[in-house]
Amino acid sequence: MSRRSQLLRYGASRLLLGPVMLWLIATLVFLLLRLAPGDPIDALLGIRAPEEARAALRQQLGLDLPLLTQYGQFLVGLLRGDLGASLTNQTPVAQVISQSLPASLELGVCALLLAAVLGLAVGFSGIARPDGKLDLAGRLYGIGTYALPPFWAAMVVQLVFAVWLGWLPVGGRFPVTLLPPTGSGFYLFDSLRAGNWEQFSGTVRHLVLPASTLGVLLSGIFDNALRLNLRRALRSDYVEAARSRGLSETRVVLRHALPNALLPVLTISGITVASLIGGALLIEVTYSWPGIAFRLQEAIAQRDYPLVQGIVVVVAALVVVVSVVVDLLVALLDPRIRF
Amino acid sequence: MTPLLSFPLPGLRLFSWRPTGLSGRIARWGLVVVVAYALVALVAPLLVQAGVLPDPNAGLENPIYAGPSWAHWCGTDRLGRDVCSRTLAGSGVALQVVLLALVVALTIGVPLGMVSGYLGGPIDRLLVLLMDTLYTLPVLLLSVVLAFLLGRGLPNAAAALCVVYVPQYFRVVRNQTAQVKAELYVEAARSLGADPLWILRHYLLRNVITSVPVLLTLNAADAVLVLGGLGFLGLGLPESIPEWGGDLQQALTAVPTGIWWTALYPGLAMFVLVLGLSFLGEGLESWLSGEQA
Repeated sequence: MSRRSQLLRYGASRLLLGPVMLWLIATLVFLLLRLAPGDPIDALLGIRAPEEARAALRQQLGLDLPLLTQYGQFLVGLLRGDLGASLTNQTPVAQVISQSLPASLELGVCALLLAAVLGLAVGFSGIARPDGKLDLAGRLYGIGTYALPPFWAAMVVQLVFAVWLGWLPVGGRFPVTLLPPTGSGFYLFDSLRAGNWEQFSGTVRHLVLPASTLGVLLSGIFDNALRLNLRRALRSDYVEAARSRGLSETRVVLRHALPNALLPVLTISGITVASLIGGALLIEVTYSWPGIAFRLQEAIAQRDYPLVQGIVVVVAALVVVVSVVVDLLVALLDPRIRF
Repeated sequence: MTPLLSFPLPGLRLFSWRPTGLSGRIARWGLVVVVAYALVALVAPLLVQAGVLPDPNAGLENPIYAGPSWAHWCGTDRLGRDVCSRTLAGSGVALQVVLLALVVALTIGVPLGMVSGYLGGPIDRLLVLLMDTLYTLPVLLLSVVLAFLLGRGLPNAAAALCVVYVPQYFRVVRNQTAQVKAELYVEAARSLGADPLWILRHYLLRNVITSVPVLLTLNAADAVLVLGGLGFLGLGLPESIPEWGGDLQQALTAVPTGIWWTALYPGLAMFVLVLGLSFLGEGLESWLSGEQA
């Protein structure tokens, strides 16, 4: 079979598996929410609520229907993009999510870029002398950034840079004294397009602390991945061959080892997205960043079942989509991958 | 081929007089930290009973948000509870929950992975798909959902953590079992008429179990962070149990006013424990893979 048709086959199977995983996740969330001990009605109204109120709420949530019917309705709604309505204010869940998703994406993309640049730089810096001081520092940096509890790191950063030094705001996404830019919901982009310098600088000032906290925390993953893969590449036969041809060490590292070491890093960064979301969940809460994770925390506190269910399904879908895209990208870029 | 003896018992070398190489030193430092935390977990309740340390939950007679002083080394929190005493007590709580969660995850994940890898076929494929799906999900999201549903409580928090780690053990053990299953000596045992359970116990379990300690230590590090995350989001343990994440959630509201002691100490305790566990795990891993760097 030619490589092209192999690639197509792999791509098709990976693409087909995506929806299956999504369906599994949706089913899992649905089942968990229905079968878990404790009645959601109790949680919402308290055990002493009058029976009529309980029945009304049960009907409103569709909890009086047979489980299979509920499941069918849930799946049909999901396919149509209808995730139900929030219990606290009756807004459609899909609308709540689409309003808060840009904030999370803006923070996440900035943090991921910073993490990649910083992590790759740290990981690369030790390569001149493997097992030297810089290499050890890179290794410790990797473990250290992993071991930092994200919310605690964020609190310490807040204390130092916002409270004591007063350089940047403690939290929030935009100065309260200004009107936020309108448009796509990505404030950086919107304020630039409007040419409003005041709005843009306000956005940046609020973004700096959360994005750099999350970025530094995640950079350890990139650092570790690059360090380990570069090390492996430098011990390989082709590097030996390149060296024995008399190529300079710089050329060997940059042209022969680095490209091979960077591909696994791409796979790792796909996996990072999952931990990015975990970290973002805590960072957003610490900095009161009005993203999707912040909404999730609010929904949890208010025991807003449909909103929790919707956010979890959407976030899980995002993770699955990203992991499929990264897998396909790696397969496309790496001529050695066998299917 | 004798895979059982293919590496020179690392467990014994760890305690030898002088560890060689960086990985050995890292693992040793990690071990020191973890043992220190275990000691604190054992001694802190005794000190509270003896009256040396104040009760972590008592605070009515204390000033609230008092800075560090001789009476309260790490200050008091918003209810006047002693931060130092709470931080020390948190060590035992974290170790207990994490240990419980991992032991349960181990007892579910390892046998499931072995059976699935050994039997193969449609059941194996279904289980792999399910576990892969769980594995793709962000760790914290998964346990947040579970903790949200189960409510607060020590076993509930352990269950919420446990779900995250079952797929990890399952994956590792299943792949290794599938690999070992193809070995000649397993084939031989089977052709001699050995019963599958006997093969699983005698050949597969011993081979598979060697990869568990590293994973267990690294997962323990991860689980401390996840438990803290749950506590920080107001999930997990009940409020009467002193837990680092929950304490940090309460400290968050005081941060803008510059009250640093309620935030600093619980987080620092968590950071050092995770650091110690990661050191231990990383060191063990390089050790086992024979990398004397």
